[in-house]
Amino acid sequence: MNIFKHEFKSYLKSVGIWSVSIFLIILIYLSVFSSISTDIETLNEMMASFPEELLIAFGMTEMDLSSILGMYGLVFLFCQICLAIQASNYGFSLVSIEERELTADFLLAKPVRRGEILTAKLLAAIASLTITNLMVWVSSFLVIGMLNDGLPSETKPLIMLLLSIVLFQMFFLAVGMLISLLMKRVRSVTPLSMALAFGMYVLSAFGGMLGDDTLEVISPFKHFEPNYIIKNAAYDTPLVLISVVTILIAIPASYLLYSKRNIHTAV
Amino acid sequence: MSIIEVNNLTKYYGKARGIVDVSFNVEEGEIFGFIGPNGAGKSTTIRLFCSLIYPSSGEAKIFGKDAIKHGPEIRQDIGYLPSEVFYYEGMKVLELLKYSASFYKKDCTERIYELSDLMELDLKRRIDDLSYGNKKKVGIVQGLLHEPKLLFLDEPTSGLDPLMQQKFFNLIKEENKRGATVFFSSHILGVVQKMCSRVAIIKEGSIVDIQDIQTLQRENYKKIHVVAEGIDEKVFDIPGVIKLEKENGAVNFFYKGDINLITKLISEKKISDVTIEAPTLEEIFIHYYE
Repeated sequence: MNIFKHEFKSYLKSVGIWSVSIFLIILIYLSVFSSISTDIETLNEMMASFPEELLIAFGMTEMDLSSILGMYGLVFLFCQICLAIQASNYGFSLVSIEERELTADFLLAKPVRRGEILTAKLLAAIASLTITNLMVWVSSFLVIGMLNDGLPSETKPLIMLLLSIVLFQMFFLAVGMLISLLMKRVRSVTPLSMALAFGMYVLSAFGGMLGDDTLEVISPFKHFEPNYIIKNAAYDTPLVLISVVTILIAIPASYLLYSKRNIHTAV
Repeated sequence: MSIIEVNNLTKYYGKARGIVDVSFNVEEGEIFGFIGPNGAGKSTTIRLFCSLIYPSSGEAKIFGKDAIKHGPEIRQDIGYLPSEVFYYEGMKVLELLKYSASFYKKDCTERIYELSDLMELDLKRRIDDLSYGNKKKVGIVQGLLHEPKLLFLDEPTSGLDPLMQQKFFNLIKEENKRGATVFFSSHILGVVQKMCSRVAIIKEGSIVDIQDIQTLQRENYKKIHVVAEGIDEKVFDIPGVIKLEKENGAVNFFYKGDINLITKLISEKKISDVTIEAPTLEEIFIHYYE
């Protein structure tokens, strides 16, 4: 419990910054879209003037911009990118921060099992991600309700979209953690988490465009594609299962690697 | 029962050598010195004891229990002061010490204030504002606050001024009197000499000798420097003398044996100056490097 408290405290600032950023993204983009959408004609003309590839890349081909939910789908994609970066950041630094800042000698020489340390750290990261998650819920309902004069009659797609965040975050947290433990030394977290988050996004966004859709199935951006969920009010179950299985492999594998890990010193 | 029992302990980092086939015992209540040059494997050995790293082969037993298997249980009674001290930078000293104390089963609050007072450590300051020496003090308090039965000190004096070193040595001696066994690693012989009853000498990952500190000094070479006009260095060429050199009217050599033989030889000559010194660690190692 002491490790959890210590870790959780260290996340608070970061959680605050991410939550506010995501709230602003939802507020600004959704306001802009809804003000353009009063003039559907112009909007459609504008969309038609974009190259097809660009529309595919941003998942805008099947977007229904005439409804607030259709617009929200695009905004949610931006939120997903933020959530992916945040969760990857936490995943990559979870264990590696102690080795990079050389505090591992302090923590691991205490009378605790490595497994207990990892559990406490993992729970603190999950708690922090969950707070951000809840902030997405609150921001979404608030802004949609505000712009739409009350929630749209059909809220099921919205709720399903928001429910997908948990697995989406867990994917990046678990995969980031596993990769960091496979590496001998993680010198800097940001480039890695950017690469993981944007890499997965690019796989999903451009996979279809390049006509090569074998690789995109590993991307959570594909597993939880906002347009699909909004249109069908359902998940693409086989794809979601890929996310679940990845998480279920990455977490125990991380425990195994961490319990056998040699902690290096400075130099 | 030995407090530390090391059997054929070996650690390779990939292909790089850490330590090879190290065996020794440390008895209860001892202050055991562990000396060797940088990179000899001192920290590797201590980090193996704390299961920060895992052995390639062999085993270490602490309090009679396997250091890996019973790690968490053993570490309840271990205090560890790493050679490089690093702590969570955003924290205040007191916060860190309380965090450290929260891992142990006893209430350490009183001891935190006692030790910080003694080491003149300001509890209200932030860790990142501290100098290296002050961080070292945090390390010392952190390592001692739970009154451990066994102390691992890895180069504990680096960064401390002589006054603080003295306070630290007194503190360690007190802990030792209280019953704590101390494992003390250093590359400075003087430090080890002051504190330890026995020493192990490690070189390139292997133990080359384990000796009583008094025997080590008595049986070791003395460094002798004689200044005299037109002296022939050959007069000192007796058994036990090595590295005999003449330089600018002075003769330098190392000698091991009955010191009276040498002082007699010197007194027979007309000399202008003489120094007989205990050798430095590097010079003691001459013996082991030959």
